[in-house]
Order: sequence, then structure tokens, then C-alpha cells
Amino acid sequence: MFKILRQSIRTGVVTRPYPDESSGPPPGFRGKPVIDFARCTACGRCADACPTGAITLRDADDKEGQKLLSLSYGSCIFCGACEDACPDAISLTREYRLATGQKDALTVEALYKEEAGKMQFVRITAQETVGETARGLEDIGAEFRSRIHELFGRSLQIREVDAGSCNGCEIEITALTNAIYDIERFGIHFVASPRHADMLLVTGPVTRNMEIALKQTYDATPEPRLVVAVGACAISGGIFGKSYASCGGVDTVVPVDVYIPGCPPRPEALLHGILLALGRKK
Amino acid sequence: MDAAQKYRDQMQLTWGDRIRVHPAFASNELYITLAPGALGDLEEMCGGIQKSFKARFATLVASDERRETGFLFLYYVFSIPSDDLFLVIRVPVDPRHMEVPSISGTVEAANWFEREVKDWYGIIPFPNIHPLASHPDWPEDVLPMLKEFDGRSQVPRIARRADFSHVEGEGIFEIPVGPVHAGIIEPGHFRFSVAGEPIVNLDLQLYYTHKGTEKIAEGARVARCVPLAERISGDTSFGHALAYCHAVERLAGITPPPRAIVIRTMLLELERLYNHIGDTGALLLDVGFSAGAATAFRLKEDMLHLNEILSGSRLLRGIAALGGVRREIEETLHKRQAFRDTTVKVHEEFRQLIKLVQSSSSVLDRLETTGRLSQKEAFRLGIIGLAGRASGIDRDLRRDHPHCAYSHLKFAVAGQTQGDVLARLTVRVHEVEESFRILEQLVRQREAEPYASAELHQIPPQRYALGYVEGWRGEIVHWIKTDHMGSISRWKITDPSFHNWRALPAAVQNNIVPDFPVINKSFNLSYSGNDR
Repeated sequence: MFKILRQSIRTGVVTRPYPDESSGPPPGFRGKPVIDFARCTACGRCADACPTGAITLRDADDKEGQKLLSLSYGSCIFCGACEDACPDAISLTREYRLATGQKDALTVEALYKEEAGKMQFVRITAQETVGETARGLEDIGAEFRSRIHELFGRSLQIREVDAGSCNGCEIEITALTNAIYDIERFGIHFVASPRHADMLLVTGPVTRNMEIALKQTYDATPEPRLVVAVGACAISGGIFGKSYASCGGVDTVVPVDVYIPGCPPRPEALLHGILLALGRKK
Repeated sequence: MDAAQKYRDQMQLTWGDRIRVHPAFASNELYITLAPGALGDLEEMCGGIQKSFKARFATLVASDERRETGFLFLYYVFSIPSDDLFLVIRVPVDPRHMEVPSISGTVEAANWFEREVKDWYGIIPFPNIHPLASHPDWPEDVLPMLKEFDGRSQVPRIARRADFSHVEGEGIFEIPVGPVHAGIIEPGHFRFSVAGEPIVNLDLQLYYTHKGTEKIAEGARVARCVPLAERISGDTSFGHALAYCHAVERLAGITPPPRAIVIRTMLLELERLYNHIGDTGALLLDVGFSAGAATAFRLKEDMLHLNEILSGSRLLRGIAALGGVRREIEETLHKRQAFRDTTVKVHEEFRQLIKLVQSSSSVLDRLETTGRLSQKEAFRLGIIGLAGRASGIDRDLRRDHPHCAYSHLKFAVAGQTQGDVLARLTVRVHEVEESFRILEQLVRQREAEPYASAELHQIPPQRYALGYVEGWRGEIVHWIKTDHMGSISRWKITDPSFHNWRALPAAVQNNIVPDFPVINKSFNLSYSGNDR
């Protein structure tokens, strides 16, 4: 007993404040990839290198000699293959809080036109707005508490559902409960049954064999309920896509309120996404 | 005389014209094709290999090669640790008569492998025909791994009830659990038959996380599947990616530069460390020792943070590459300092934690004699990896089939004989110690040397090889065959969990239901690695 007490006192408080700009990802971390469209020549090397089809290059409909280059953060697994293929125009930033409530907001797209034998950038045709509240999160802890209080009264109960993930997302979700991230200080708890839950945190591409179980879990969750899709698989099927074994994303089975990109998302990215989901529910 | 030659001669002496030697592309693999008409000898042959060569069943690969040869093939892979050799029995299967004799009466470890082959290829391993991979609502005549099946197609559900093994008698109750569990873990269904508190029988239904990984890789470019290999099982991202790279390098005859091998070995040990430390915490949590669990989870977080500093990813993703690694992990002062500070701190605090655990009789009382898996049963079922080592199965691929830098390193293979939860914890504790020892030997070796060989543009067509590593759970064995373009024709993934799930029903027998979580956690098997 005394040994345990002594150890606890010696350890002190290890919980990291959130948001904490100083404890961001280290140099070399692979976060949001950004394409410099002005430097890009729409050669398609990045699309060819991308293992999940997050980057695509296709002919623009009905326009001869025009191409559309698009990048979806919903399918991206942040491997950096695009950067390796084209270090001139693509770089991976350290931005990782990419959650959003709109699926359209996950995609950026640009139009290219052939001029003098070269593809020239014309304009951006779709603008991503991932991480819409990533800036200005001054006192996120207090905000958490007040939003939860308004919505659910004192606390938020989360039921995690693995709908066929590789277990990577679970490692990061579990990390939220450790002493470093300590999600319970915000009044957020993980519960054992969907009947006790306000929010479903769903990972994985939703396999054929989990489709019915996910639907039943959703139906068992009382209103008002929130659904958060965690990770590339849950948003779009990710690297597994859509197949005989995979439905290709949570929103093909149940409605989704917030998408959290990442493969897997870091614990802070999960916190950011959960807060965003609370902000969306009126 | 090299090992392959020795075993080839022995096999030919015993089996004469009923076998033919088939070419191999990696030096420690020997392929022997069963002659047509010798199918009846299969079980005896496999049993003989297991017994007289002290071989261990490693995996069973089915491969649809009808386009090239008109046949499907089964590859029964045996590991012979004494001579660092993999002996592969290659059995042609006539598509008009898809039936082979089951070997699981003699080689029990092959049981699940045979059933999966039946569900995915329709090859009937008579009489071992109970479904494993197919869920009850899957139509029996749809065989997803045959080449003519389009992986993108949708398969209708049929109405059929699950068929679990039942125990009947007075006072016997069934408890269904899952697939959505109470904790933050992967999905699977457990069907307990209990007599009061004690568990009489446990039946499993897995494959809830089946994502068609092996199917979607068919026809893909070899380099493109490295990220897919990282996502077979999230906690073994690097281990699986490395086994995949090994298989490709072996079939293409490529040796990565020495620096890459050092980095790979370090990453493999870092993966072992964060998982073993995390599991220690989870075990302590399940027996109610919260202070110890909190400490272990904090140390695991330190290791994940170190992973991110060194590789750019907390789960060591995006660093494995064919022919080497994608980046250096010790090139800056910051990284070297973080490495030294974190490993010294975590090592010391983990030791303190274990001392605390060892002095707590209430913790030990819950762990001792709980979930015993006897050596005999472990041997019969072919249990491997850390669960095997806790039950007296002395097997570790780092020593038995040296790969990476392990042949140059000093380390001890952990071993316990009790086979209970405490033994599995003790194996983890010893392996944590050894991993730190290995890292000490590797740190700052061969700095500033190239860590990647020239990119592999040309993968030779129509070749095949095994790739293996000792991951933190146990041996990971991949088998890859390339098609006429040098793309993937067949990629078989064997996660250690596929061997070891069978240990769980054996270990929980006669334990009480409330002890099930801690027994399950002590194995900590991967659902996704099993289901793929």
C-alpha cells in the first residue's frame, strides 16, 4: 500500500493539458498532405503512387484536354507515398486535427487545362475545410463541459464500436483513457452498452459480417445520438475500399455526424473530433 | 552438404517416385510435389515430417493456379528449426475433384487452416468440414478466393442459423457474448456453456473483421501492398509489413543494406516493447490493480511517443519498404536523445512496476493457476509465440530461423512451463528485458550508411517465397507468389493469432466466467490478423 502511494506521489501529475500547442507532433510526423496546385503539372504520378485512391486524376466531363486532380482526406492514410513521388508539389504538413461534419469538406479538387503542350493550373473547383475549428480552441476543456452539460446533462457517454478495423484506431481510442490524455476529466466516459451511450465512435470499413451488428447497435442507442466515424476506413473504406467483404464506410450503413480522418487519428485528433460533434448537435 | 539437400535425399529415400522436387527461390526452402495418385500418403507424410524431422507446422497455403497449370495447389509448410529450413509439401488438386484427405488427425495444428481452405476455395479436407471463415449467412457455393470470383461483387445473404457446439445436461446454461464487446476491443462472438460459474465449453465465431485483404491484393503491384500489410493487424503494423517485405525480397533475391537491417530490427523490438508493456497494464487492470495499470499505460504512451519521434507514426507505419526502410531513425541529435531518454526511463520504471507487482499477493493470487494451458495441449494444438513459450514450447523464430540482425545479437529466449496467466505475464516481462538489451546492442550501429537499396522496379514473374519474422505475439509467416507480370498472384498471411486462438477454449476450461477477461487478455490475440 505504502509502496503504491510512494510511487504515485513520485510520479505526480502526468496529464497533458489540452489543447497544448507545445506537445504537437514531432518533426517528421506525417500529417495532412498539401498539394501546391500552381507547381503541379497534373502528371498523375501522385495518383499512381497513392495506395488508397485518395488522389485521383481524371478527365473533366465534356471538356476536351481538361483534367481534374482531387485529393480526399477521407481516404488518405498519411503514408507519404505522394510526397515521395512528387516532392516538388506535394508536402506532408504536421496538421492532424482534420475532423469535419461535412463529407464534401474532405475533398480538394483543381482543374487543369492543356496549354502549349503542358498542363496548366486553372482554378480550384472544390475547397476542403477540414479541421474547421482547429484554430481558436482556447479553453477546450471548459467548452467541452458546457456543451456536454447543455446536451446530455453533466457527461457524455461513448460506446465504441469496432466495425472491422485493423485495431489501430482502438489503440488510439484506448490511449484517450490513459493518464496522459485522461478523457474523463472532460466528463467523457466509455460505456459498455449502447443503451447507456450518447455517442457511437465507429471504426473500420464496416465489414459484411459487422453490418447487421452495427445497425443493431445504432438502433439500441437512445436519441439524441451522435455517430462519429473514426479513421480512413470508417470514412471511405480506406485502403480496403468496397468489396465483397467491406461496405466501404460507416455512412453506407448508419448516418454519420462527424468524420475524423487519420490512419489512425492521434488521440488529440480524436478529442478534437468529439468536441466538433458536440458543437454540431443543436 | 546444405540442409535442403540433406532433407531432399531423406524424403526421396522414404517416398521414392511418389514425390518430385520442385524449384525454390529462397535458399532455406525446399518444395516437394506429391505425385498424382499419392494423395493417400499425404497424412502419413506430414506426420512423418513432424515426427522424424522435429518439424513444426507453420502454415497451409492454397493457391488457384488453374490458369497456368490446370490445377489448384495446397502448400503444407513445415519449419525445421534444427537446420533453419522450411519444408513445403506441394499438393496438386484436380478442379474436377476438389477433395484431399485431412491431415489434422495427425497434425492437429492444421485444423483451422484446412477449414479456411474449404470455405474460401471449396477444397474439401475430408472429414474436417465444419465451417470456420464463412458466417452462417454466407452462401456455401460462393468461393471468394477462386480467381473467377470478382472481389468487388456483392454477395447476397442467406437465411441460416449459426451452429455452435452444445453441451447438454442439467444446470448447463449458454452465455452468448459479442460481437460488440463491452470494452474497446475488436469484434468476435464467444459462446460459453457454463455450469454455474465454471466454464464447461467455449466455442468461437470469428471473422467479423474479415476485410478480404488477400483477395484485394490479387493482381496488385507488389510495392503497393506494403501499406496494406501495415493494416493487417494495427498493433503489429511493422511486423506484418516486414514479413511481407521479406517474402518479396526473398523471391526476388534481394538483400537490403546492413543499415536497413539494423533499423528494421530496432523497429521490431520497439513494437514488441510497446505491446508487451501495454499488455502488462491491461492484465493488471483486469485484476483490479489500477495503480499498476495506470503506470504501465503511461509507459506505453511514452513508447508510442518515441515511435512517433523516430518514424513519424505512433504505430510505426509508413517506414517499412521493399529493399530497406523509408527513412533513417537516428539521424538527428533530437531523435538520439529522445531514444536514450525514453528507453532508460521506461526500462527503469517498468522494473519498478514489476517489483511492485511481485510484492502484491492479491495480484499474484489472481494470476497464478488461472487459465492454464498445459505443455501437452499447447504442443498438440501447435501453439506458438509468447503463449507457446509460457507453456513450455521452446520456439522463437529470432533464434530458430534467424532473420533481420538476430544472428549477430545476444539475447535469451524466454521460457516458462506453468502455462497460466502469470506465466504469460512473466514471458512478457522477460522479453521486455531482452528487447531493451537488443536495442542497446543496436543503437548507433552503422550510422550514416545507406538504408534503402535501389527501388525494386522489376519484380520477377512466376516466383514464390516465404517471408517471416518473430512479431511480438509470435511468428508471422507470409507466402507470396507473383503472376506473369510480376504482380501478386497469391498472398497468404498467417498471423500468430490464427494458430493461437485455439488455445483460448482449452485454457478457459474449468475456470470461472469472471476470470475469462484476464485469460483472454493474457493471450491478447488479434481478431483482425486472424480474419484479415
